[in-house]
Amino acid sequence: MNERPLSPFLVYRFMYTMVLSFAHRITGILLSVGALLLTYGLVALAGGVESFERARLVFRHWTLQLVMLGLTISFFFHLSNGIRHLFWDLGLGYEKTQARRSGWLVVASTILLTALSIWLAVHAVGGS
Amino acid sequence: MNNSRPSGSGHWLAQRITAVALIPLGLWFMYSLATRTDLGRAAWLEFVAAPWRAVLIALFLLTLLLHSYLGVQVVIEDYVHTRWRERGLHLLSGALHLAAAAAGVFAVIQVATGASA
Repeated sequence: MNERPLSPFLVYRFMYTMVLSFAHRITGILLSVGALLLTYGLVALAGGVESFERARLVFRHWTLQLVMLGLTISFFFHLSNGIRHLFWDLGLGYEKTQARRSGWLVVASTILLTALSIWLAVHAVGGS
Repeated sequence: MNNSRPSGSGHWLAQRITAVALIPLGLWFMYSLATRTDLGRAAWLEFVAAPWRAVLIALFLLTLLLHSYLGVQVVIEDYVHTRWRERGLHLLSGALHLAAAAAGVFAVIQVATGASA
């Protein structure tokens, strides 16, 4: 039981690119909770007027608004960094300088896509 | 390397296939959510009930949950090193993901067929 290999994260010393690697896992776990939240929303919608109104109050609460902002950031980070991982799977972008550059690209695209979706959401609700 | 994971390469491939599928599905979903103008119940029902959208939402949810299940499995294997705990967490995660998939798809069908209360 204890002779099984440990995760690299538990073995190696701290390095800059490892932050992104660990963030991929953290955001992944957060998005798993997001998937349950989406399921709850769908079930509440189908369940009738009462369950919908209850869910609406839940989703409108500031803590949930904060959670959803976190989920939006997590989603775009996980998506961008996931694409980076897929390129690695194809054997591309492995060089240290490339990996660093794509790392910054992931951060930039996360900020950009998050800002874009907030802008879209504010614009959509404000424009109706 | 680990006999609690019967097919390592199958798992690896499934995680990549769902990842690729989630790029367009996820972007579509986020865009659709962000551009909702009416947040009332009638508008949400109408939104989910459009046949092609009902199918896409169900597809997105199922792909998301499968990808999530595979990812959570890897995280459990990497950080939990007690066999019974690992088994227990796998079962819990599997049950949770399966329950969410069943409940979510059932809800989408209810809304799409107009059977919601």
